Amino acid sequence: MVKDQEYLEKKASYCLDLAKKFGATGVEVNVGSSISETVNFRKKKLDESNRSDNLSIDITTYIGKKKSSISSSNLLKDNLNILIEKCIETTKNTPADEFNSLPDKDLLAKEVKDLNLYDDNHIENDGKIEYLTRLEDYASIDKKIVNTESSFTEDKSNFILANSDGFCKGFKTSSFVASSVTVAKDDKSMERDYEYTLKCHLDDIKSAEELGKAASENTIRKLSPKKIGSEKIAIIFDKRIAKGMLSAFTSAILSSSISRGTSFLKDKINQKIFSDSINIFDKPDIIKGLGSKSFDSEGVITETLKLVEEGILKHYLVDTYNGKKLNLKSNGRCGGTSNLYFDNGEMSFKNLLNCHSKCLYITETIGHGSNIITGDYSVGATGFLVENGEFKYPINEITIAGNFKDMFQNITLANDLEFKYSTNSPTMMIEGMVVAGK
Amino acid sequence: MSDFFKNSDLSRNEADNIISDTLKKCDDGELYLENSKSESILLDDNKIKNSNYNSDLGFGFRAVSGEVVAYSHSNEISKNSLKQSSDNLKSTLKSSKGNYNYLIPKSNKKYYENINPIEQKTLNKKIEILNKVNEYLRSKNSDVKQVTSNFSGEQKSIEIIRSGGETLTDVRPLVRFNVSVMLEKKGRKETGVYGIGGRQSYETYLKEDNWKNVCDEALRIASVNLESKPAPAGEMKVVLGPGWPAILIHEAIGHGLEGDFNRKKTSAFHNLMGQKVASEGVTIVDDGTLDNRRGSLTIDDEGTPTEKTVLIENGILKNFMQDRLNARLMKTRSTGSGRRENFRHIVLPRMRNTMMLSGKQTQDEMIKSVDKGIFAVSFGGGQVDITSGKFVFNCTEAYEIINGKIGSPIKGATLIGDGPSILKEVSMVGNDMMIDPGIGTCGKAGQGVPVGVAQPSILINKMTVGGTKL
Repeated sequence: MVKDQEYLEKKASYCLDLAKKFGATGVEVNVGSSISETVNFRKKKLDESNRSDNLSIDITTYIGKKKSSISSSNLLKDNLNILIEKCIETTKNTPADEFNSLPDKDLLAKEVKDLNLYDDNHIENDGKIEYLTRLEDYASIDKKIVNTESSFTEDKSNFILANSDGFCKGFKTSSFVASSVTVAKDDKSMERDYEYTLKCHLDDIKSAEELGKAASENTIRKLSPKKIGSEKIAIIFDKRIAKGMLSAFTSAILSSSISRGTSFLKDKINQKIFSDSINIFDKPDIIKGLGSKSFDSEGVITETLKLVEEGILKHYLVDTYNGKKLNLKSNGRCGGTSNLYFDNGEMSFKNLLNCHSKCLYITETIGHGSNIITGDYSVGATGFLVENGEFKYPINEITIAGNFKDMFQNITLANDLEFKYSTNSPTMMIEGMVVAGK
Repeated sequence: MSDFFKNSDLSRNEADNIISDTLKKCDDGELYLENSKSESILLDDNKIKNSNYNSDLGFGFRAVSGEVVAYSHSNEISKNSLKQSSDNLKSTLKSSKGNYNYLIPKSNKKYYENINPIEQKTLNKKIEILNKVNEYLRSKNSDVKQVTSNFSGEQKSIEIIRSGGETLTDVRPLVRFNVSVMLEKKGRKETGVYGIGGRQSYETYLKEDNWKNVCDEALRIASVNLESKPAPAGEMKVVLGPGWPAILIHEAIGHGLEGDFNRKKTSAFHNLMGQKVASEGVTIVDDGTLDNRRGSLTIDDEGTPTEKTVLIENGILKNFMQDRLNARLMKTRSTGSGRRENFRHIVLPRMRNTMMLSGKQTQDEMIKSVDKGIFAVSFGGGQVDITSGKFVFNCTEAYEIINGKIGSPIKGATLIGDGPSILKEVSMVGNDMMIDPGIGTCGKAGQGVPVGVAQPSILINKMTVGGTKL
């Protein structure tokens, strides 16, 4: 069982008291407990079982404007005593920084909203095995599938965040995730692809049949890929790749990137950075939402933000430290976004495919080719050539490149948004990017 | 050395009994105990932003039967916790009928000293150097708009207890010092990053004013990038500089030669053993035995002494990298390549220091032979799709080559290639092998481990460059 609220609160208040006794003028403690159990299958047989029992504690101490932190997985009193003493000692020796401080008291969350993020259901390993057996049966129906690997994980977590200004709150979350990775082979090639399902509640995950079939289909259609020539061409990003544009956008509007001057979106507040039709929301109070929360990692209340409205950047993601530097109030985004998404576009998926007589449909990118300082983007990609709205043949060993500043202005979205991850996008078309191939 | 049973209600003797009882019908397995202490001190935006100290303690209990691995880990080293893990392993391996293999090779060689780098330099001294780094860079060039520099140090003590009570231990130091600098000139911003590190004390790397060399290199890269033009797009010849660009070898070839992917036949190399996979003159080894290198290990995380494993010899595929599980199933021996990020993770076959050895040509000859291509000197990260064999990496310092001469610097672009065929496209191997400065971390299945790479300059006949200039 994960540790209950009472145990975690006791540990947190012990640390708060001890740090204050040793001379801290401000303290923040985050104590967490999680248990996760995984079963992995390969080729229809049990491959691995993994039980993971985790404890963690993070303590930040302030003496005036000086600050330091420690973290540990050992919650025994002896160890905590040594660590807190060490933390105070380090704090004293660390130079002061005028912007260091706990969050403003009036911004702290007053309540933990009931967002139905915890499912008490427990699925025994035998139940996971039964699901994975069915999944792999469906995943391997086609003879071209030569390897199947699948996995089922149940995770339960609990935490308490407390600070010396009286904040002390936490909540339980659960997640159930099943995934299927398949390898297909023909005379010319071997390809791999996947599908997965992730939910807070056990009953909401996709069926083994749906998951296995999807993974198999995703993989088989990639066989015998071709390489194409280098050219400027419209690119359509599958939903699972399109959400990556939001991740790049997020990194660029973090208050830390803005205050340090290391973002291509610095000084772009209230300016048009996307095409007119684009709206981006970060909504923390979605019931059963994968990114839902009542407060951020400093305890500051999180409310819905319309980050981009008709193409115009309305907010940065502000935490306490960088907010003070930029003269902005924290908007509860220390630790990042919650449920972040592009609002639906106008066009159907089919119409999007038909916008150009020839375009590329990208299903996977590899490499770390996003430069947040310059906005330059260049990654390896695989996908399909689409002609007159029809998928013609698979493509690989190409790169796609552009600059986010231009790419953002040339986005067209379909109307097929679904909430599969914590960051979501409808299918996306970007015009004007360069493909490098032969 | 850590005494893992000192503050526990679990005695060493009781632990031995639980381990032997749990593993009696298994083929392999062990209790892995780990105690690590680490620190990081960060200077950013003219200030000491962060000083963090971490202490991590726990065990991972593994039982292996046939192809099945059962694993359970916890932070609590207690009787209760170990018994609960034992029950969990037994329930997974109910019908296990294995024969425990007690044999594990021995070696007395050590590749680094038993030191705690964190305690060998005071916090004030580290803060003083970081402040000097900041002042030095900002005074050296007025275009410097941002400086980030950090120290990170770690001491990890591990103990492996096998069925029957055999115990293997190791204490591993690791340090890293990093500098990142951003320049801004005429509205344009570019960065340069450089770092050094290994399994030694900070002093070894930063004696005298060695930190200045790290700053100078980061500044040089940033200055080059300020002048860069858009990179070309399409297939062309590529000359790779020596040292760190060997992450191409790591991504393109290394991962595909790890035992697990080949046992499962999901690697593009699984049916190529003994065959020609590279041009003549290409020899690649994976070496865990280099003194004090970032990727070196005295023993791996299963207790096997590490070694220098020949992967490709003169173009011919010779060996895969193996841990005990995959070695047993493929009827070969462990190459001491079984590694894990920490006690929370299962062991996987991983790389250590992956190196292409020197050939005969000079870098000059390579550049002169190219009519149109690029010269890549430094890279950021890379990634590979093991199954299709396609890999990428991102240039952080590169130049165009026109008519045998190095031309303008070009913007960071992704290079993409095909693992199994790329080494056949190597037409010249340089005589200037160099080891990277000690900064690499390799990711696999969500686990990061420190690694090293090395190579001489090489000429690749054909690769796709992912620029924007058609």
